[in-house]
Amino acid sequence: MPDGFLNAPTSAVAGVVAAGAIAVGLRGARRELDERTAPLAGLVAAFVFAAQMINFPVAAGTSGHLLGGALAAILVGPCTGILCISVVLLVQGLLFADGGLTALGVNITLMAVVTAVVAYAVFRGLVKLLPRGRRTVTAASFVAALVSVPASALAFTLLYAAGGTTDVAIGKVATAMVGVHVLIGIGEAVITALTVGAVIAVRPDLVHGARDLRQPLRLRVNGELVDVPDAPKDPEPESAPATARSHRPLWITGLITSLVLAGFVSFYASADPDGLERVAQDHGIDKTEKEHAYADSPLADYGVKDVANERLSGGLAGVIGVGVTVAAGSGVFWVVRRRRTAAAGSGGSAESTGSAASSSSSSGSRTV
Amino acid sequence: MGANAGTAHALGGKGAHRLYRHGHSPVHALPPHTKLVAVFAFVLVVVSTPREAMWAYALYALLLAVVASVARVPAGFLLKRLLIEVPFVAFAVLLPFVAEGERVDVLGLSLSVNGLWGAWNVLAKGTLGVAASVLLAATTEPRELLLGLQRLRLPPLLVQIASFMIRYGDVIADEMRRMRIARESRGFEARGPRHWSVLAKSAGALFIRAYERGERVHLAMVSRGYAGSMPVVDEVTASRAQWSYALALPGAALVVCLLGWTL
Repeated sequence: MPDGFLNAPTSAVAGVVAAGAIAVGLRGARRELDERTAPLAGLVAAFVFAAQMINFPVAAGTSGHLLGGALAAILVGPCTGILCISVVLLVQGLLFADGGLTALGVNITLMAVVTAVVAYAVFRGLVKLLPRGRRTVTAASFVAALVSVPASALAFTLLYAAGGTTDVAIGKVATAMVGVHVLIGIGEAVITALTVGAVIAVRPDLVHGARDLRQPLRLRVNGELVDVPDAPKDPEPESAPATARSHRPLWITGLITSLVLAGFVSFYASADPDGLERVAQDHGIDKTEKEHAYADSPLADYGVKDVANERLSGGLAGVIGVGVTVAAGSGVFWVVRRRRTAAAGSGGSAESTGSAASSSSSSGSRTV
Repeated sequence: MGANAGTAHALGGKGAHRLYRHGHSPVHALPPHTKLVAVFAFVLVVVSTPREAMWAYALYALLLAVVASVARVPAGFLLKRLLIEVPFVAFAVLLPFVAEGERVDVLGLSLSVNGLWGAWNVLAKGTLGVAASVLLAATTEPRELLLGLQRLRLPPLLVQIASFMIRYGDVIADEMRRMRIARESRGFEARGPRHWSVLAKSAGALFIRAYERGERVHLAMVSRGYAGSMPVVDEVTASRAQWSYALALPGAALVVCLLGWTL
């Protein structure tokens, strides 16, 4: 983004936000990488810069390229990711005159901070929710990249609403930005997922976002399981049988389908009421219908308030709705599963240690 | 660094051109941090100029033209680099059609007055900003720019990361180029989304190679006594005369800007 898009105060505020985020990123990266930060983050920044130059042909001579925010956040973690993308933007602005100098803060805020934070949050959430495994990581990085690009576009819209230099209806800006960036996000998502999949197939230890998925290699020595101190090999073989975890594709497909349906189809859905409402109208039932308690919540009537465009606001509300539903549902699921595993864990220890743990086991099973 | 311009160019990617032009002009000789401050202040002044004062922008362009001639940067070079703005020109062209407010008929098209001003605003300020950045990058070596940033109290770690990125950018880009040659020599040609997985696998391999190179670089540095900070070999300093020389540009721009607000 060049200079002059947003007014000076907004650019200054974004600059402060960017500086704060970089400070946090520096501290976090130093915690993660110690004094290896400079060479490693520098090389990853060089990688992002190079990867942005790979042309991915779309059709008929047009081609796209990677933005890399989500990819960097997933591969090296959010803190180092923010640093890498910020440095790439800084170098592009200073050495290649690409992107305005006063817009540097805005660019870093949008493309490094928002993208990396959103992508990493979505990614970690999905990895926690979905069953463990490499395919989950790939699917999660797909969704993370898909969400991160329109999120950054939305953040731009907010900044534009606060300090745009031209008086354009904010609904129009949101429609144009999010519409275009959903398309870009799909491409970004495909590339990011494929790249993360390629890395995790060779060096799963290098994918920061999936670090806790690594299982230590254990050997059975004289009937006892012993941890091997150094495990250089991938514990899961390349040709893992897909049939073993048949519910996982179902999960992923379901989630993506519902997101797409909620976002796109309600974007284009007709304004006609659905079947039940129609029936109610025809028979005059709706005369007695009361507006329910949440009628003036921000998502009332499946539209996001203050977003002028009806279709877009419907689509947005759909996506948010699916997100909230998934979050709530999986929250319940997670709590239940956690309790169950806790109970199972204490029950297992009770077997080996005898009566001392049996009370804890029974208390554990009562909570289920 | 300059020797790598050819390979970077051969990549054909966006913006992979080194901008630095070797020279011995007075602008080249200025300490880097004074130039950074000058360009940043200039762009800031331009951005806060009222858009109705069109003559002010002409004066800004004149100021930049003077700097370019002092720095012996040819006009053609400068104009070619302005092409980087093209995507935003498209956005600016759309503005008169979508903006709110009173409308005016131009050649049978109903355009928003506000949108026309907005388009002019974005185009003028964006172009001047890019031109100023191009002049900075054309007269300052990348390494000097980093020294200047360090002098301006940017966190040393951030400067180190940027310096590693610049230092190894060409190495990684060359690695990518070798991969592309290897793919093409095996008859691969990316034609559509079907071939994305091959390209993405290359990107993944590139990440692993870059990361492993980072680990090796770190070990090599540690074995040479690195303990978290780089020694400062050449401290850049600026005399009062150099500061005043560099700040002449934003100073003149500030006068123009104040005139623009009062007139």
